[in-house]
Amino acid sequence: MASSTTAGAHDHPRGLRRFLFSTNHKDIGTLYIILGTIGGVVGFLLSLGMRLELAYPGVQIFPGLAELLQGADPSMALDAGKNLYNVFITVHGVLMIFFMAMPILIGGFGNWFVPIMIGAPDMAFPRLNNISFWLLVSALVLAVISMFVEGAPGMRGFGGGWTFYPPLSSNTGTPGPAMDFVILALHLAGASSILGAINFITTIFNMRAPGMTLHRMPLFVWSILVTAFLLLLVLPVLAGCVTMLLTDRNFGTMFYDPAGGGDPLLFQHLLWFFGHPEVYIVILPGFGIISQVVSTFSKKPVFGYLGMAYAMVSIGVLGSIVWAHHMYTVGMSLNAQRYFTLATMVIAVPTGIKIFSWIATMWGGSISFRAPMVWAIGFIFVFTMGGITGVVLANASADKQFHEGYYVVAHFHYTLSLGAVFALYAGFYYWFPKMSGYMYSETLAKANFWLLFIGVNIVFFPQHFLGLGGMPRRYIDYPDAYALWNMVSSFGMIFVTLSLIVWFYVIIDAFMKKRLAGANPWGVGATTLEWTLPSPPPFHQFQVLPRISGSGR
Amino acid sequence: MVYVNRQMLTRGALAAAAGIPAILCAGAALAQAEGQPVPGGLGLPNMVTPVGLGTQQLYNMVLMPIISFIALFVLGLLIYVCYRFNEQANPIPSKLTHNTPLEIIWTLIPVLILLFISVPSLRLLAEQVEVPEASVTIKVTGNQWYWSYKYPEDQGGGFGFDQMMKPESELQPGELRLLTVDNEALVPVNEVIAVHITSNDVIHAFGVPSFGVRMDAIPGRLNQTWFKVEKEGVYYGQCYFICGKDHAYMPIVIRAVSREKYNEWLAESKQKFAGAGARVRIAAASR
Repeated sequence: MASSTTAGAHDHPRGLRRFLFSTNHKDIGTLYIILGTIGGVVGFLLSLGMRLELAYPGVQIFPGLAELLQGADPSMALDAGKNLYNVFITVHGVLMIFFMAMPILIGGFGNWFVPIMIGAPDMAFPRLNNISFWLLVSALVLAVISMFVEGAPGMRGFGGGWTFYPPLSSNTGTPGPAMDFVILALHLAGASSILGAINFITTIFNMRAPGMTLHRMPLFVWSILVTAFLLLLVLPVLAGCVTMLLTDRNFGTMFYDPAGGGDPLLFQHLLWFFGHPEVYIVILPGFGIISQVVSTFSKKPVFGYLGMAYAMVSIGVLGSIVWAHHMYTVGMSLNAQRYFTLATMVIAVPTGIKIFSWIATMWGGSISFRAPMVWAIGFIFVFTMGGITGVVLANASADKQFHEGYYVVAHFHYTLSLGAVFALYAGFYYWFPKMSGYMYSETLAKANFWLLFIGVNIVFFPQHFLGLGGMPRRYIDYPDAYALWNMVSSFGMIFVTLSLIVWFYVIIDAFMKKRLAGANPWGVGATTLEWTLPSPPPFHQFQVLPRISGSGR
Repeated sequence: MVYVNRQMLTRGALAAAAGIPAILCAGAALAQAEGQPVPGGLGLPNMVTPVGLGTQQLYNMVLMPIISFIALFVLGLLIYVCYRFNEQANPIPSKLTHNTPLEIIWTLIPVLILLFISVPSLRLLAEQVEVPEASVTIKVTGNQWYWSYKYPEDQGGGFGFDQMMKPESELQPGELRLLTVDNEALVPVNEVIAVHITSNDVIHAFGVPSFGVRMDAIPGRLNQTWFKVEKEGVYYGQCYFICGKDHAYMPIVIRAVSREKYNEWLAESKQKFAGAGARVRIAAASR
């Protein structure tokens, strides 16, 4: 299908120069994956703290944590602990979305494989790529610092949830500078993503190899293209939204203050105009990865390629016009609620098309259950689970029973903590041999899968019951009736923790054993361009552009 | 290797399949004390208002069966595909990549299912949002971290009070940790109660699971919702929007009583809370 010629590496910087000043898409991709891993591990540790606290009714560990982490005075430890719990949920959300899922899926895999899959030597703007990454690092530093500076009076950190609703995030609720740190972190992360999105769109539109038409691009490239457009459209809205909050806090404006004629709901509309597309920004690259993996290991082309590509486009479009389904309880008019209910339910249709098309891709295939495929099958199931509870929550009428409760927590963790993370692992195991040149241990990879699959299901499935029973989210302590399912849920964290340890061991094992992967470890099913290159690919690939004929998928 | 994996996959899938019926029968939660969360409960609480009953019906009769069926259907397909089309069973992959009738079917059937869901759902939504003629109106104000209630003068009230959680050290036997409060809010049973909800500081949310009611308390806005309690009893709710460090410590207690008892309570409360509610007024003025 395609041939590639690679010359010896020239202009190959080493050491600090290679990574600090890197303009190479593969090195930057690796940096993104490392950053995402750091963000993910910190985010995981925060969630471990929360689940430990929630294992039993009452307040157990957070007062001590507040003394330990924030140097709280022992006499104030209980209050500081309650505040710290809220800080944990906030930072957990921010880290997992902005500093784990997005960096790894878009910055990491996107940077690594979009240029290769379209037969380009690098990204369109390599230096822009570098600044995108380092802006994100700065943002992460600011977000973490925010946990240790004053927020609410006498408390440290901002504890108002990752949605930052004013007045809790304005001077009324958080007069201290912690929130300003969060806002500036969002500005930098937003700028980083906007620059990254411009880079991806330009690369995909202008740097495809001869013969690589849009309709021949692999679905992963399609998914990054749609994601990049979403980022470019909605992140400026977030930037404006939090900038107004910044001026409200520091320069006396009243955008969100009813006392001055402003409206806190304006913030919610703006935030969710960004926030709802954001969840698709996180999951769409996952969709792309799953399509590649399912097709590779079924040894069949993707079923309904065009339908799959345009299902992602329509999910992107529809996902941008349903934002207020996060706001059913704010007192919207009946007609607004009707519209958002119906529009939200419509998203189930393209999502269903994707699920069924993946199964149809497997149908008639010759499936080999290698680790990436096992993760992908796991993804299809857990994402379906998250999707169907999404249909429940789309109904404004039913949502009034579940809003801001654990049913919602279970729902979005099934789509993200299970869905996006399973896609991420599928992608990781799929491309790890390509990126590193070494094969991982199949047994360990499957142990990693089963531990996480069992773990997250034990953690999140009982949370449906808590939500049905009425337990509100973001509670450090709960009525005793909710004790059973909370304990079960916390128990599941043992498996999740083990799976994370196994994952690190997989990486250490692969680099120690050095089993060479070869150019294409997956066989005939792997037809995209990255498998025509050696593993790891040369520092500069495609010095003679490949020519693509026939379906590139 | 692959064989073992297939077995593991099937076994895991079976375990998961066993879990799904658990949601199916979640609606049949044991009938226990009404108005408070059921220990180890699997489903919605027992509902005592028309809207709550509507929600229960929508979830237990429409949404739950449909989503459980879809989950089992997808799981079944996955298991079948893994069993039938693995490398051993099917060494030569087919080249099937299109089937237009099939693609039309799996687009249309979900559309029909969603239309089917939307009819009862939108009917219930209108019932929730359109407040009927009410015989009692209560104003509820969220504060960091307690609720304030006001009963209007022209309906026999003319007083207000704060509702605060009883600390654990003061609980009497039978009272619920984190749920019992100092002053319960009374409402007459079988009458439409309109609730006006706002906030004095940050956003809170007023929610009582047994009523099917959840409404945000937003400063600068007066939200409205309603309920008609059809059974006497004590009903517990909590704050459903993060509002700072004591978010988990501002419960709601509504006691539904007969009209006579309600009138007595109104008269008593007028004495008891005379001059109270000052804190609320000061807080409002200071903003």
